[in-house]
Amino acid sequence: MSALLQLSRGTLVTSWAPLIVMLALLLLAPFVLSDFRLGLLGKFLTFAILALALNLIWGYAGMLSLGHGVFFGLGGYAMGMFMKLEGTGGKLPDFMFWSGLEELPFFIAPFKYAWFALPMVFILPAAVAGGLGYLVFRSRITGVYFALITQALSLIVSILFIGQQPYTGGTNGITNYSTLFGYQVFSPGTQLTLYFITVIALAVVYLVLRLVVNSRSGRIMIAMRDDENRVRFMGYDPAILKTIAFAASGGIAGIAGALFVPQVGIISPSSMGILQSIEIAVWVAVGGRGTLAGPIIGAVLVNAAKSGLSESFPVIWQFFLGGLFIGAVLLFPAGIMGLFRGELSRERFTRPLTRIRELKQQGIGGVVRQWTTTSFR
Amino acid sequence: MSGLSMLRPGMIATCVKVALGALLLISVIACSSAAPAATTAPAQTMKETAPTAPASDAMAGSMKEDASGVIKVGVLHSLSGTMSISETAVKDATLLAIEEINASGGVLGKQIEPVIEDGASDWPTFAEKAKKLIQSDEVAVVFGGWTSASRKAMLPVFEANNGLLFYPVQYEGLETSPNIFYTGATTNQQIVPAVEYLLKEGNTKFYLLGSDYVFPRTSNLIINKQLKAAGLEAVGEEYTPLGHTEYSTVIAKIRSAEPDVVFNTLNGDSNVAFFKQLKDAGISPEDLTTVSVSVAEEEITGIGAENMVGHLVAWNYFQTTETPENTKFVSAFKTKYGENRVTDDPIEAGYFGVYIWAKAVEKAGSTDVAAVKEAAKGLQFQAPGGLVTVHDSNQHVAKTVRIGAVRDDGQIDEIWNSGSPVVPDPYLDTYDWASGLRESVQ
Amino acid sequence: MEVWALQLFNGLSLSSILLLIALGLALSFGLMNVINLAHGEFIMLGAYTVYALQQAAMALTGDVSSSVTFIMAIPLSFVVAGAVGMLVEAGLIRFLYQRPLDTLLATVGVGIFLQQLARSIFGAPNVQVVAPWWLTGGLELTDGLVLPIKRLFIIALVLVCIAGLYWYMYRSSEGRRTRAVMQNREMAASLGVSTRRVDNLTFALGSGLAGLAGCGLTLIGPIGPSLGTFYIVDAFIVVILGGLGQIPGTILAALIIGILNTVFEFGTTAVVGKVLVFAMVILFLQWRPNGLVRVRGR
Repeated sequence: MSALLQLSRGTLVTSWAPLIVMLALLLLAPFVLSDFRLGLLGKFLTFAILALALNLIWGYAGMLSLGHGVFFGLGGYAMGMFMKLEGTGGKLPDFMFWSGLEELPFFIAPFKYAWFALPMVFILPAAVAGGLGYLVFRSRITGVYFALITQALSLIVSILFIGQQPYTGGTNGITNYSTLFGYQVFSPGTQLTLYFITVIALAVVYLVLRLVVNSRSGRIMIAMRDDENRVRFMGYDPAILKTIAFAASGGIAGIAGALFVPQVGIISPSSMGILQSIEIAVWVAVGGRGTLAGPIIGAVLVNAAKSGLSESFPVIWQFFLGGLFIGAVLLFPAGIMGLFRGELSRERFTRPLTRIRELKQQGIGGVVRQWTTTSFR
Repeated sequence: MSGLSMLRPGMIATCVKVALGALLLISVIACSSAAPAATTAPAQTMKETAPTAPASDAMAGSMKEDASGVIKVGVLHSLSGTMSISETAVKDATLLAIEEINASGGVLGKQIEPVIEDGASDWPTFAEKAKKLIQSDEVAVVFGGWTSASRKAMLPVFEANNGLLFYPVQYEGLETSPNIFYTGATTNQQIVPAVEYLLKEGNTKFYLLGSDYVFPRTSNLIINKQLKAAGLEAVGEEYTPLGHTEYSTVIAKIRSAEPDVVFNTLNGDSNVAFFKQLKDAGISPEDLTTVSVSVAEEEITGIGAENMVGHLVAWNYFQTTETPENTKFVSAFKTKYGENRVTDDPIEAGYFGVYIWAKAVEKAGSTDVAAVKEAAKGLQFQAPGGLVTVHDSNQHVAKTVRIGAVRDDGQIDEIWNSGSPVVPDPYLDTYDWASGLRESVQ
Repeated sequence: MEVWALQLFNGLSLSSILLLIALGLALSFGLMNVINLAHGEFIMLGAYTVYALQQAAMALTGDVSSSVTFIMAIPLSFVVAGAVGMLVEAGLIRFLYQRPLDTLLATVGVGIFLQQLARSIFGAPNVQVVAPWWLTGGLELTDGLVLPIKRLFIIALVLVCIAGLYWYMYRSSEGRRTRAVMQNREMAASLGVSTRRVDNLTFALGSGLAGLAGCGLTLIGPIGPSLGTFYIVDAFIVVILGGLGQIPGTILAALIIGILNTVFEFGTTAVVGKVLVFAMVILFLQWRPNGLVRVRGR
């Protein structure tokens, strides 16, 4: 509560107004967009939640995870299994049969109950993230190594999910749902409801993260990103903090996955593979890491661009996609949000000048040092 | 720049910009639908290439052909990603058929206009694009898909929106969607007869090798039942991850199992590695028979004919199949796409699927899905691979089964065929040893 | 007995392939800290270079599998991939040295772009490279023990690459500068070494080695636009296990992974084998986060 008060001091109107506008636009979208476009937007918003999740661990705690596809997928599979079992009325789903199973495995059976499956959407990915995070952070693995270890995680898990066809549906994943809590999944009414649920979930996740980031632990987290050793010397345990952040981030990604499944109608290993996981990082980077609005904007914008480009240029759109990735990283290192901020503070324009002035004062040695350090790391 | 900096108070302008950004975002999405979306009727859609039709055409919601004399059809294959190695050629064949039909006057006096989409080898993308084609473009039919996974992803979309899909690839059976026509082979038109042929030739030790996904696993489930009925048992069963390229260990395992025949259900790229490495290991077709059900002329080009000479494949069509229709088809395909291109079974199925749909539409006098389905029952067509007949109830087609051996020029010599078209039986109801299959999946 | 001898050879062969794809990465990732996810696409460039050369030879002389063409293709695949690497470094990577994780995102873009380029130029289907006659067949030691010549050739190619790399790093003046920059960038710069040039050459060398790998892989694997995606993760795993900046570590890691993978795969299945190896690497890194061979840091 104190965080909320602190936050509201002096910035109440100005910092909430754009969010309310954004929310209002999202709530108005159903009146403007066709069913298909609304479905797409709903899908993009689940990606926005996913991007927010990654942003928590990358933007604020400074650890780039390339395993978020896995957490998204775990949440999706929990939801998918629940819906599938609801569809079959607790009988053996078709893919289990044709993989040779005779009865529902004991660890899958509980997913037919909503009270089990829905919490699992959060708990399962959070537990996996927490477990891995604890191991990794304890041995002080950071930066590039962390990124690549989580990348290996996406690979292992997607290979496993493909290989364990009796339990996961293999490459096909879990698809062909009929009902969700008794409602026809694909009826426009259900889809509209799901859209609104997604918008609300996004808003809630945003608010919670905003509170967290501005809270005391949030600030420690940011401090940890900027200088881990100092935080350690101050008596905090970065490993525990990072593990908690990673687990929470994984859980939120799971929620995104669970919202994705009923709207898109399929969860498969292709949603948890390496490429997908990297793409999440691109959304965040495009929007602006370390900001809360950035990942949302990035996720929606990049995916809208993907859909739009592939519709307009189905044969060569990948050129544009590749170009977009390169351009975004090269030209907007701080993302779209960075663009706004830089422009306003004029820092972006004035900084190079001050830097040259500094260098002149330092003389030739300074120039060499500056030049060489900028060209490496 | 630290994340704390965004907490600086009083950045009114920032917030305004964020709001503007959000507005922009929404408008991007709205614009990308590029339709007068505010109307309550489903939006009349738009591909820039479409002749601009007056807005009044959008009325009468369900009519899928507009007054400008065009019928839109969707073509949905992976044009990027790993599956594009196989799927682009099927797209080409589908477009060829559309072009030919248009040249001879179109359907119901209207030209067919293809709307091409990229499934990008990603199953949720297939679902998204299928939805787009049906809801947004309001296409009369979609031709597309290759992997079982892409079909399974699209199936609920077609069923929920009452769309129509023509799926051109052999698959593992055990499916009859009322909204899908299956122009490729089901198991009793490819795998089952291939195993029967091998048994008749006196082979007793089968080694089952496949990629780790649904088609190989289901096929091998069926083959195992079939072998059991013959009093046999597979001497080995091995699955490798999709995209696996290292087969030396698998080959060593095959060597120590000493099978008579390897029944190969590997997918795409893995076949290239497997056959190259099999040859290098000094194992020739004389030492070991292999039968492949996912390797056609197009794949042989990539594997290299010299690596596959003498190995067997089972399909319903070869480029060398001798029918007048095929001569015409092969030369038309080569004229349009280049002398060095080849045709094969899925390409042929992608091609004649369009003709079957067009004939059904002519017969029904409309592109309405229910009418087209009704009209398609029992429809016959002289496809390049021989006569095909649409089944009355399961919407598969009866077609001739062929087994052939690879030649040194990458073409295939037919060594056996079923004589007459085989009636499709996706649940293998007519086979005693397969009893229980249907009950358990429904 | 024969089976085990063969499996040992298979393990060595897999190790040599892993090493071939990882060597270039050990330079760009290990020495320069650039996460080049387009490394697989540089492999693909090398493979398509061989294909393009054979097609050109086909058009000129009508002989697709000539030995001369293939021998010419080996250095050419190095040069083509190296030149593209040089371009990418100069146009993109050099702006990102301060941000290693951003190189990851940007090179994904490069990879997507190059894949589509290959698809647009050569078509989406796989293409075929014909091996010259002296690379076909196998060395038959006993009845059940046949060593494929192509795999022996790849082992030889790797040995040549390692020797070449060793010569470059420890016997040439360029290599001396490279080592100087990697050990102490600022000191090297103030002594007049052009760090820009060293960065550019090192990245180009890494890409060139990827091109060579592509040339070798045409012999045993598929050749298509998405070929690189089959190898990229394996390559990274090898480099991470080996330890950053350590060519000897990379070699050791490739040997260990190659042999373990073969053993596991023989004992279980290809899927389980792969998962086991990766899980072991992750666990090992818990114990020694810096990989097999540790850099003695300054």
